[in-house]
Amino acid sequence: MSAVLEVKNLQIAFGGVKAVDGLTFTANAREIIAVIGPNGAGKTSAFNCITGFYTPTGGEVTLNGVDITGKRPADIAHAGVSRTFQNLRLFHDMTVLDNVRAGMHLYGGQNFVDAIFHTPRFKRSEAMYTEEAHHWLDFVGFTGERGVPIKNLSYGQQKQVEIARALARKAELLLLDEPAAGLNHNEKKSLLELCRRIRDLGTAIVLIEHDMGLVMEVSERIVVMNFGKEIAEGTPAEVKANPAVIEAYLGKDDDEEVPADGNA
Amino acid sequence: MTMEYKTSSIVTNRPPTKRKMFGDLMARIFENKYIGWVALAIALLAPFVSASSYSLNVMTTALIFVVLGAGLNIVVGYCGLLDLGYIAFLAVGAYTAGILSKMFELPVLFTLPAVLVMTILAGLIIGAPTLRLRSDYLAIVTLGFGEITRITAQNLTITGGPQGIYNIPSFLIIGDFDFQEPVIFYYLTVLIVAGLVLAAARLGKSRLGRAWKFVKEDEDAAEAMGIHTYKVKLLAYIFGAVWGGFGGMLFASHLTAISPPSFLFLQSALVLMAVVLGGMGNMKGVVVGALIISLLPEFLRDFAEYRYLLFGVLLIVVMVFRPQGLWPPRGSESERKQAKLDADALQNGIPR
Repeated sequence: MSAVLEVKNLQIAFGGVKAVDGLTFTANAREIIAVIGPNGAGKTSAFNCITGFYTPTGGEVTLNGVDITGKRPADIAHAGVSRTFQNLRLFHDMTVLDNVRAGMHLYGGQNFVDAIFHTPRFKRSEAMYTEEAHHWLDFVGFTGERGVPIKNLSYGQQKQVEIARALARKAELLLLDEPAAGLNHNEKKSLLELCRRIRDLGTAIVLIEHDMGLVMEVSERIVVMNFGKEIAEGTPAEVKANPAVIEAYLGKDDDEEVPADGNA
Repeated sequence: MTMEYKTSSIVTNRPPTKRKMFGDLMARIFENKYIGWVALAIALLAPFVSASSYSLNVMTTALIFVVLGAGLNIVVGYCGLLDLGYIAFLAVGAYTAGILSKMFELPVLFTLPAVLVMTILAGLIIGAPTLRLRSDYLAIVTLGFGEITRITAQNLTITGGPQGIYNIPSFLIIGDFDFQEPVIFYYLTVLIVAGLVLAAARLGKSRLGRAWKFVKEDEDAAEAMGIHTYKVKLLAYIFGAVWGGFGGMLFASHLTAISPPSFLFLQSALVLMAVVLGGMGNMKGVVVGALIISLLPEFLRDFAEYRYLLFGVLLIVVMVFRPQGLWPPRGSESERKQAKLDADALQNGIPR
């Protein structure tokens, strides 16, 4: 197994606050890694460092052996990283199909001359874009209308479209920031199954999630963060039994286990 | 994959209301794909209704204004960059065409390559430093650049200073056939403008046009999709500049004389008004908006000195009752039905 993503000693500080302080983990192809931790542990900051929205103050991020630390978000996307956002970042006035087409920007296939003169190349590439958009919407199990503005859709459907958009990028690494937040029980079950199908495409998935039931079931390995530091890493069983993790979630002097089924 | 959602639209069995039926009818008329041909036909037939030199002059001016609206719509409507100095590109185009054609005694048409080069350069010079700014700051800086361009033209000798440039040669003369004849020039303008409007509309519905709209809606999300937002914004600015340059060339040729007062801030504001009134982001709407802004004051001539007051009141009324513009872009697209992808298509994996 080759490491798709390697994060070494990642650090970012905002003024005196070390939001991420020495995060190290790897993600391989066909592997689902979960990053968990209490609110404010630095999970999303770490994601933003990996995807270039923040410039890390220290450490190294490599993608397939290529150093992508501190590059622009667009360049990192180009290198093969795709992501979703914690609070949906869709293009609200645009249609469902157009939102998914956004993930295909890097396919190219036409330039402005083609667009102005509607050359066969343009028509071919537009047809391809539409075809692919439908393909990825089907893949995520989206059953709603596809030609309407996305703001008309329900929250769960919007979440699906955001994942479809990220998948359309065909990246080797997919970062999902709280994909299950706000979903109902059935939707979570479908999400779990979707994550596995994405993994089976050969993609490495790193996800931030608060739903412990989902995390324990879907992930191969779990990275636990607290106050910017990595406090544990291992298989779900290992993490569940780790005293440091139990302490971070439940406080000291408490023997209870992290609940494995509910929302921790 | 057994996700089941209630569709968000509420289905009712009530008969469609009159208002709805009217809306459908309007949609059927206005979203018809032949609407462009109808508009072109109207433009081509207009001189048969009235071909006085006054009306030809007004109509030609209005069409040039449509080009400006189309160009600014790329910048503001598609890409969401508030440009308050757009008229600078009209000035660059007009002065380049005027100066070169006069200096080398060339037909104005032959200055086209130079006009393109100069407007692209102007777009780069104004756009490159300013497009890193976010909207409010961008508006202020572009306003400044617009004024700088006009004042520069007023103070240079090559641009003729405050008097400007006059006796600009004909657009094109082939033998005895002079394209500067008002009717001929009108038809020429119709064709050029139609081409430019069509091209701008098509750009809006391409990969680049979508990228502009993504940037307009959410710059960070666009960046995460691999769109270089700065490059894309600069491209929008340059396309806007080129459209302005075409407008400038026609403007110089039409009037045969140009001077700095033609490029006041008021003009930038009027073009912006055309875009907002027509419907930001919809090229058809912007054409209507530009025609209203340029023709309405002429129709209101009967009201003499009150015409601009009335013009202002009408604009305010429209913006109060239709803040999204007269003809905003349609939010939806036709959803092409396709056969369900079978299971192994899903298993095909991600081609790399």
